[in-house]
Amino acid sequence: MADAIAKPSLLTKDEPAQPKALVLYRPTAKTGLISWLTTVDHKRIGFLYGISALFFFLVGGLEALFIRIQLFRPNNTFLTAQQYNEMFTMHATTMIFLAIMPLSAAFFNFIMPLQIGARDVAFPRLNAFSYWVFLAGAIILNVGWFMKDGAPNGGWFGYTPLTTSTYIPGHSIDLWVMGLQLLGVASIAASLNFIVTIINLRAPGMTMMRLPVFTWMTLVTAFLIVLAFPAITIALVELMMDRLFGTNFFEVSNGGMPTLWIHLFWVFGHPEVYILILPGMGIISEILPTFARKPLFGYPIVVFSGACIGFLGFGVWSHHMFTTGLGTVATAAFAVTTMAIAVPTGVKIFNWIGTIWGGHLRMRTPMMFALGFIWLFMIGGFSGIMHAAAPADAEQHNSYFVVAHFHYVLIGGSLFALLAGIHYWFPLMFGRKVSEFWGKLSFWTIFVGFNVTFFPMHFLGLDGMPRRTFTYDPNMGWNDGNRVATIGAFILGIGVAIYFIVMIITYFKGEKTALDPWDARTLEWGIPTPCPEYNFRVTPTVHARDNWWYEKHHQEQIAKENAEHEKAESEHGIHMPFQSIYPFVAAVGILISGLSIGAIDPNIGFFSGAAAPHDVIGRKLGIVLIGFVIFLIGVYLWALEGNEGYHLHLDGDHGHDHDDHHHHS
Amino acid sequence: MSTHAHAAAIDPHDDPTTTTGIPNKKLIMWTFLASDCMFFGCLISTHLIYRLHPAPGALVAKNVFSIELTSFSTFILLMSSLMMALAVDAIQKGNLKSMRGALATTIFFGLIFLGCQVYEFSHFVSEKHMTITNSMLGTTFFTLTGTHGLHVLIGVIWLTSMLIYSYTGRLTEKNAIDVEMMGLYWHFVDIVWIVIFTAVYLLEYVS
Repeated sequence: MADAIAKPSLLTKDEPAQPKALVLYRPTAKTGLISWLTTVDHKRIGFLYGISALFFFLVGGLEALFIRIQLFRPNNTFLTAQQYNEMFTMHATTMIFLAIMPLSAAFFNFIMPLQIGARDVAFPRLNAFSYWVFLAGAIILNVGWFMKDGAPNGGWFGYTPLTTSTYIPGHSIDLWVMGLQLLGVASIAASLNFIVTIINLRAPGMTMMRLPVFTWMTLVTAFLIVLAFPAITIALVELMMDRLFGTNFFEVSNGGMPTLWIHLFWVFGHPEVYILILPGMGIISEILPTFARKPLFGYPIVVFSGACIGFLGFGVWSHHMFTTGLGTVATAAFAVTTMAIAVPTGVKIFNWIGTIWGGHLRMRTPMMFALGFIWLFMIGGFSGIMHAAAPADAEQHNSYFVVAHFHYVLIGGSLFALLAGIHYWFPLMFGRKVSEFWGKLSFWTIFVGFNVTFFPMHFLGLDGMPRRTFTYDPNMGWNDGNRVATIGAFILGIGVAIYFIVMIITYFKGEKTALDPWDARTLEWGIPTPCPEYNFRVTPTVHARDNWWYEKHHQEQIAKENAEHEKAESEHGIHMPFQSIYPFVAAVGILISGLSIGAIDPNIGFFSGAAAPHDVIGRKLGIVLIGFVIFLIGVYLWALEGNEGYHLHLDGDHGHDHDDHHHHS
Repeated sequence: MSTHAHAAAIDPHDDPTTTTGIPNKKLIMWTFLASDCMFFGCLISTHLIYRLHPAPGALVAKNVFSIELTSFSTFILLMSSLMMALAVDAIQKGNLKSMRGALATTIFFGLIFLGCQVYEFSHFVSEKHMTITNSMLGTTFFTLTGTHGLHVLIGVIWLTSMLIYSYTGRLTEKNAIDVEMMGLYWHFVDIVWIVIFTAVYLLEYVS
């Protein structure tokens, strides 16, 4: 770590270094491992989220293929029932929490600050902390694959009493509970940061109703995360207390009620589906205007619909519970709100159609994925609105019809939008773009594979095939549907493989792009590639909704304005935050504690063979405390080193100026 | 140390470096408290739901609680909020000395509250035979009030750090926003206690 503690390089020569404790000197590495561990740059953190998400997307995809192989023919023995439980539990948990959410977070991090004309997020170190805690949670969720008790196997919904220690005594659920709690902490910390950033770090002139729609959807999603994740965190805490300390929250013999878990889970779980889809809707709202060469149709209505979905999203959770026996009034009320939430969603679809209506469409790869999104998301919406009718839902509940529905909105919706977004912003991030042939080939393979996989599931579901059963009898009439679905899954897998292999090749030797290759509309496209650490040479002044478009058509005015502002800012310089290792240290402490809580067996010795139970509990507690102390040290030094930064002067010799007094973080 | 241009006159209610004028730290604390509301909301809901559906032979809360002690500690916690408000006011006026006194009193009151809670918990376990495992009331009560106690403890540690750093020179009137942000947290923890006191304790004495 020696290179990470280069002390006075950021001070000007005439300014002596302040004496302080060694641990409070700030790392300055700009390349290498230390630079990544200590980075506070929102773009680098975005990359970290993106890479992790794509890795787990691959893992989740393999799990899906295993599921489909097992279901390829009746009475298949490719997986045991136990392995199958692990597969579907981890497939869902991985795809939701470790693939789609962090991939959205990658775009929140990379794109959102650029869209509002900011130089970083409001709390750069907290942002790094969010990522490292996310990674800790991801590790804890997956560590079960390498352990005796196996991976989590209670379903992604973790219904009690199935997940209580009576029915699943091993550590798999402990790890699941612990991992998800940490992912909640990470998501909430990141979202607090995004909310403050969007509200407080907008460039001059960037009013709320000029925010790009992707940024608006980031804001709505962040509010959903901040308000919805506590429900699942408390549910998980209660379950953890039951499993570790023998409390009675879900202990039926002592008055515990499984319905409480279901309510708490879906109070989180339903807003969660909007947490997954709203960022995608934001991305689509950026791509369609760019490739239709028209402003977004009905911007205020799109924004309002997004916010409306956010609000209504909290009032529909019980439609996941129509078969629990809520009573007529509650069932009717939740059926009505569920139908109501389709309205703002439908409004958005019409706005997107209005945007491309009469536009000069350029059918590039991002546009293909965006149009695929509209089509597939609409199909998912249609089957969704069918669930709103409680009597029909009673028939469809827990069947493959539901599986078909949510894959249409999650893959056809969220994932198509994210894949579109990767293609769309790839030139901005890496200065290259995927060739149209390979891009479109991957699109069509994914599109066909996806529909071949999931469309038959509608029929399987209506034919009564239940979810989460590891095999079926040959005389049930489900053979053909399953065979087609499995073939489709492999086509989909090949499509995704093409997509990412081409992406990797493009990263190294794709066609180089100039500034703003799509002739886009929003601020991020005015930034050169690779994006400088400080983002904007001069803080932009915002005059219009699609400000980059405005800048392109008012070049004289903008040039004059920028020259003035640059002069005014040059005296002060650009304020940059110092890097810091302490968010990482704090997250390491959390990882140690979390692993210990989740994985150390109270019955079998951790280091030696068999030990007395109280011995092991002491050891477990000991390791938890070690992790906690590391966490505490990390947080304390993080606070003590302060939110110092340095000033970057772009003209001249890149001399830096030290400033302890900056009171914004 | 170079002195900053506008370090001389800081208006605690208007931060010129942000779009809205609200300091970032204040905004993130408000947003966090919104999230924390949901955390406590779920725990309080859990308690109230199980209160409505007692298992046969469940403990009667009224026989366990001692309302006098809890009323006293509630009063002390409310007074600590008053002292916290005075501390924030003092540092915003640049009066470091007066802030130290107010902070120390806040910490002292917070510790009294925690002491009462420790006594209450051990009393319930040893005298009233209510443990976290033997009854649903014990489960929800200890988890909910324990979570609140943890919040108070974090607050006390945070306040103590501030008090110490006000002597070493790290915390000066330039850090008024830090104290104010802490104050928001402290008041929130108090308000949550008022809700818990009403929903968990007082409710048992109604009717």
